[in-house]
Amino acid sequence: MRTQSLEDFCNWIEQTSLSQAVQSNAWVVPTVQTIHILAIAAVLVSTLLINLRLLNLSGNDMSVSRLLDRYQPIIWKSLPILLVTGLLLIAGEPARSLANDVFQLKMLLLLGVIALMVVVRGHVRKDSSYYDPGRGHRGQANLFALTSLALWVGIVCAGRWIAYTYS
Amino acid sequence: MQLETLFKWLYETSFAQALRESEGLFPWIECVHVLAICLVIGSIAIVDLRLLGIASRERRVTVLSAQILPVTWCAFVIAAITGLILFSSNAVAYSRNFYFLGKLLLILLAGVNMLTFQFGVFKSVHHWDSSTSVPTLAKVAAILSLSFWTLVVIFGRWIGFTLVPAIAG
Repeated sequence: MRTQSLEDFCNWIEQTSLSQAVQSNAWVVPTVQTIHILAIAAVLVSTLLINLRLLNLSGNDMSVSRLLDRYQPIIWKSLPILLVTGLLLIAGEPARSLANDVFQLKMLLLLGVIALMVVVRGHVRKDSSYYDPGRGHRGQANLFALTSLALWVGIVCAGRWIAYTYS
Repeated sequence: MQLETLFKWLYETSFAQALRESEGLFPWIECVHVLAICLVIGSIAIVDLRLLGIASRERRVTVLSAQILPVTWCAFVIAAITGLILFSSNAVAYSRNFYFLGKLLLILLAGVNMLTFQFGVFKSVHHWDSSTSVPTLAKVAAILSLSFWTLVVIFGRWIGFTLVPAIAG
């Protein structure tokens, strides 16, 4: 999606002093990207451990609800870091990101995975044994886990592809 | 230098040529590399933070590492293989890049640190397995590990900004 008003908006961002500062200091983008990647690392490992547990593949000494308590806050705390660093990267090159189909796809996938996390957390909040054995929610747990993993893999791939897809 | 002869030969292989010429191959392998590196660092950080008494304090060190380290090793193998493929696309240029060489050195240092920990202070883990007051040496190892791996990401990111994609020669 690439509308005239979106392009105008990108042009406006490029003129801001923040954007100029990001563009004219060569160390800013790599540094901000490094922080972005470290936050992604925190998210990925947390989501992997949660989803391996939902799939009953690892961490079975802890209940799903305990594991969520341990690892989901890491994801929630990383998201603001990703947002701020992501916004700085956008400020530096607005058209390359905002007007890029792959970036827009990445944001859609992100919304999807956040919605999924809210649903899983909601289940466990209401009933902490919701995903325990014998409750008949195995299929649901597997579906959520595989979808969540696929979405995060998609988010990371889209993120890397942004660098290659601006025309 | 003999190594450079090898890198030049690698550059000429049809495999390396395909990597350079294909539009999608390099980025897709990079995607897998990034995913794997993130899991290496994220999983190592979980164990390091436990050693530092910052997180997972109620879990035994041995239980936590037995659960986490398979993730670390799988991810590390994938990161190494994809890294080798990315390197082979332009071996000469990478071998002359400061950040690439620095990244290799840092991974080596992280490995030495891990072995020193494993065969040193970890031998007495049964004394402090459930405790949050782990020996100072273990905490030092954890801080070194976090530092080395953070630097690996910093150096890795800088490769992309400094690599001169020179042809062999």
